[in-house]
Amino acid sequence: MVSLLSGAAHEVGEGYAMASQARPRRSASQTSPAKSPAVENTVPVKNTAQDQAAGDRDGQLRQFYRDMVLVRRFEERAARAYTEALIGGYCHLNLGEEAAVVGLMAALRPTDYLFTNYREHGYAIMRGIDPKRVMAELYGRVDGVSKGWGGSMHMFDITHRLLGGYGIVGGQLPLATGAALAIDYRGGDEVVMCTLGDGTAAIGAFHETLNIAALWKLPIVYVIINNGLGMGTTVEKSSAEPDLYKRGAAYRMESARVDGFDPVAVYEAAAKAIASAREGKPYLLEVVTERLRGHSVVDPAKYRTAEEVERLKHEDPIQIFGAKLTADGVLDADKIAAIEAEVTGIVTEVADFAANSPHPDVSTLFDYTYATPVPNDSRRLPGQPLFDPLPFPATADAGAPVSGVTA
Amino acid sequence: MTIMTYRQALHDTLRAEMLRDDSVFLIGEEIGLFEGSYKITAGLLKEFGEKRVRDTPIAEEGFGGTAIGAAMLGLRPVVEMMTINFSMLALDQIINHAAKIYGMFGGQARVPLVIRTPGGGGQQLGATHSQNIELFYAFVPGLKVVAPSTPADAKALLLAAIRDDDPVLFLENLALYNTKGEVPDDDTPAEIGRAAITRPGKDLTLIGYSRMAHVAAEVAESLARSDGLDIEVVDLRSLRPLDRETFVSSVKKTHAAVVLEDDWLTYGIGAEVAASISDGAFDYLDAPVRRVAMAEVPMPYSKPLESAALPSRDDVIAAIRQTLAAVGRRPTQSLATSASGVS
Repeated sequence: MVSLLSGAAHEVGEGYAMASQARPRRSASQTSPAKSPAVENTVPVKNTAQDQAAGDRDGQLRQFYRDMVLVRRFEERAARAYTEALIGGYCHLNLGEEAAVVGLMAALRPTDYLFTNYREHGYAIMRGIDPKRVMAELYGRVDGVSKGWGGSMHMFDITHRLLGGYGIVGGQLPLATGAALAIDYRGGDEVVMCTLGDGTAAIGAFHETLNIAALWKLPIVYVIINNGLGMGTTVEKSSAEPDLYKRGAAYRMESARVDGFDPVAVYEAAAKAIASAREGKPYLLEVVTERLRGHSVVDPAKYRTAEEVERLKHEDPIQIFGAKLTADGVLDADKIAAIEAEVTGIVTEVADFAANSPHPDVSTLFDYTYATPVPNDSRRLPGQPLFDPLPFPATADAGAPVSGVTA
Repeated sequence: MTIMTYRQALHDTLRAEMLRDDSVFLIGEEIGLFEGSYKITAGLLKEFGEKRVRDTPIAEEGFGGTAIGAAMLGLRPVVEMMTINFSMLALDQIINHAAKIYGMFGGQARVPLVIRTPGGGGQQLGATHSQNIELFYAFVPGLKVVAPSTPADAKALLLAAIRDDDPVLFLENLALYNTKGEVPDDDTPAEIGRAAITRPGKDLTLIGYSRMAHVAAEVAESLARSDGLDIEVVDLRSLRPLDRETFVSSVKKTHAAVVLEDDWLTYGIGAEVAASISDGAFDYLDAPVRRVAMAEVPMPYSKPLESAALPSRDDVIAAIRQTLAAVGRRPTQSLATSASGVS
């Protein structure tokens, strides 16, 4: 993916220069959107390398498209499993955010870290975690990424450096900042990416941690995935400055806004942000996107106006990107059909795997309260008494030591 | 053994652990240049530099959570929350995150974190600066909560807390910082999750922690001299896990218990202790378990009002005498009395 930043990227990037501006959406004010990172990263192309680079580039663009389709079909399959009661709890989907997910994840090195929120299935897959293990976690099974202890909102995989989906809005921000502190403390060159929703920009931890990251020059990129809605509340109703990327100015932190329907623009904007963070300059990136469905699977999104619902019918990042690639000759109907067939196969396999993975054994209930074992840690089940009942009438010596403690 | 203050024991232990392990660092408000509100970290910035003694903005949630995230990557942060009252600003990070991360991700990430923080009233600091809310943390599985009452325990439990791979809330007390005691020279950590019988006895079990364990020891000595009473003192030391076995065994021997706590009575630590005694030693009790706790008011500034709200030595002595006086009394006696009154 790195070659997208090289000379070849220029040709791709130019076609997206306009699209890299924030798209007009609802009542969002459009003041000074960020310049297209694609244009800023212009590098002359050597003719001798051009054909090869173009071939690589086309392959990478098809990979982006295929990855977006994978996230889409995975999420659709998750929604189905949820309605079939195979998935419990909450289930927040990345539908509409596929370009953002794919572009951001492609820009990270395998050694970089990701902290995200509860809308994270696509991120987990694009970090390289086997989608089977992601689906198994949704099913609450032992083969899940968090062994069935986390569910949809709490996925974690140290190998792929996904350091958590977090269910409390804003909870991941201080943690991600701390991971960046640890990298800085040890002198490493890894970067932390911390994604958050537009609604999270209103929470106190946002201010506290961006301030800390800027003061201490930590290697972190904060990425606001602005889908326009925090549950049912619009950005305009929750932020006095709806151009969320401008918040970076309060911390003298470089910031930019990018079109979240364009995976190439997202990738390049993220690469620039990550490069900055790697030099100890934290960065705030706002990715403007759409949430095509409700807040979670069970939300019918009745707060949306009829006009908005109608508009969203024509706002699909996969269709838009697919049409663009088709027009550019990178994709055609056969290639799209092949991608669909491949992805459908994967998703079917994924769901079968999850359904066949065992539930955790109830005997493991007390396995993860403490990492360092500690005496008197309670292992009492709800119906058990704190102490074993005494034999009655009492036969034991009243001064005998307690032997029946179950606590 | 060296005689030193509780404050000195904390300071020396922090310094020794920083020398021993590069991954140990201190983070909090005013701990560096200002040397700590209570001077526990005096001199450490000069010795270790800004990387290891990190002054923070006033942002408990921000720096508290930052420490948790650093711990997830294997560092061993020791956070100073200036007082336990301010730790409430970081409750989300401590309870929703530090306490959950190990279990919520199926044991994949550890949080080797210590949060040092003093509680305690009696300093005329008013309603927001005089609380004892360790209960909030002791309620939560995934956290460990320790509350040393002596300089020796301050050292041994701090060693244990820093070397533990779980988040530990380390409760200090404003009234204890200047107390003195013998501290062993070796660095053997205490075992978290163990109470201690600090004074053996047979007449009554007096249970406390932090400042009230100190009060319990003093009262027991005083009543031994004045009344010839032989009181057993249990210092809880660890509020989570709670070592029920130690105090329940004690009550089985003494048949009476008084629980001392610096927090409010209703739903307090003492309520859990009393309920545990009821579960484990019901048939051994000769009198109801008595609790001595703070008056249920926001702490007033006025000195006479504050003194009235806080448990005193006299309160403890009165509770002990009343409990011992109740031994052997049975409701049947009063029923018989009232029955004869009717006839």
